[in-house]
Amino acid sequence: MSEKHLSSQFDSDLNSVSTQLMEMGGLVEIQIQKAIQALAQFSVPLAEEVMKAEDRVDMMEVAIDHALTAIIARRQPAARDLRLLLAISKITTNLERVGDEANKIARQVKSIVESSDARKMPIGDLRLASHLAVTLIRRALDAFARLDLDAVVSILKEDDQIDQEFKGFTRKLVTYMMEDPRTIGDSLNLLFLAKAIERIGDHAKNIAEFIIYIVKGTDVRHSSLAHVESIVH
Amino acid sequence: MTDSNDSPPIKLSVKDLNFYYGKFRALNSISLDIPANRVTAFIGPSGCGKSTLLRTFNRMFELYPEQRAEGSILLDGEDLLDFKQDVALIRARVGMVFQKPTPFPMSIFDNITFGVKLFENLSRIDMEERVEWALKKAALWEEVKDKLQQSGASLSGGQQQRLCIARGIAIKPEILLLDEPCSALDPISTARVEELIAELKADYTVIIVTHNMQQAARCSDYTAYMYLGDLVEFGETNQMFLKPGRQETEDYITGRFG
Repeated sequence: MSEKHLSSQFDSDLNSVSTQLMEMGGLVEIQIQKAIQALAQFSVPLAEEVMKAEDRVDMMEVAIDHALTAIIARRQPAARDLRLLLAISKITTNLERVGDEANKIARQVKSIVESSDARKMPIGDLRLASHLAVTLIRRALDAFARLDLDAVVSILKEDDQIDQEFKGFTRKLVTYMMEDPRTIGDSLNLLFLAKAIERIGDHAKNIAEFIIYIVKGTDVRHSSLAHVESIVH
Repeated sequence: MTDSNDSPPIKLSVKDLNFYYGKFRALNSISLDIPANRVTAFIGPSGCGKSTLLRTFNRMFELYPEQRAEGSILLDGEDLLDFKQDVALIRARVGMVFQKPTPFPMSIFDNITFGVKLFENLSRIDMEERVEWALKKAALWEEVKDKLQQSGASLSGGQQQRLCIARGIAIKPEILLLDEPCSALDPISTARVEELIAELKADYTVIIVTHNMQQAARCSDYTAYMYLGDLVEFGETNQMFLKPGRQETEDYITGRFG
């Protein structure tokens, strides 16, 4: 936020909750990175690390909600302060779900590694989508820190790319399953995994949309990219 | 709160209003339309002109010879600033309640009837009915019905303020002006008065000046933000407190002013 409040305590409360959100974002980013690394390396220990750390993400969500409640109760925020706090609350929820998706990926990696045939499946095809997903979360958090609307628009565009990758991958899995029904079990595991990656992209998109709400006061959820661009520019 | 789809008719239309305290210009060509049967709040820092503007609406300023207003204030199309208008009649149509409770030094009953007697010749029974009606409207009846002959000054601050509101509405004005009506009241009395404001708008157009931004947010449908004699922004309260159109308004509402 650019200018200061008359109450410096209010400023420091807002800064502190924004910092907490960025910390939570950083932790979630590490979680997805590790989960995806676990997938690339078929590493069970790495997957287990992710599963262990999920509690920390959940605790941060609770702590941020607690801080938000206190600020709202004590300050009766309005206008951009109110929008910021509402957006932080929603972004926190999205980050917690990204943490859940990282956890899901980790669990799928474990079962894939435990199945001997899984390594024959087209796991490499998920590399691009998973890389995009991590990048989008990082960029959404950067865009929040800078209230950068141009970055928001490019995030929304790139989420479409993840969706396309997901569709292509699903089609590929269907051909595997049709050719050899013995791959159905592993294909389903991979499908869940791919879905988790796709959901991470969706959450990045949601976070990006709340940045528009903070800056412009317009709720752009469920609206077309063209509409979003007209509001931003 | 307001439904933005049906915009209510205009009750009071201010056009190019300038106001002077001697040579000092306190209002700079203010223009705004105040909707009927809605609560409109004026907010802004001290000295911004919000009380000055309110006092032009019933020509209260005429008590002071060095003060004058230019422009027009149309009440249902009639210009209140037209010198041919009878000030007493204007004040019967545009009632006012002040910052500090100002009960007259007489009984609760007489406080209410005082203004009514100036404009209407009611029988004793009709007058008693009017007193009960006004006190009920002002949510004071239950507390005072057994002591109507006691002095108005014997009531608590919050009750006195509601008595003043009852007195204001007893003459059945069309517009009720409230100048910081709750600044001397405790939170419970404030909540009662705010509840009352919400009920009054069914019958009256209510205009309230307040320093308490949360009060404007709570009880108004429209909000005007003023600064240094200018009307900076006027709009629906929901919009003004969520995403005002102007940076100056946002800075003031979020406490970044100064």
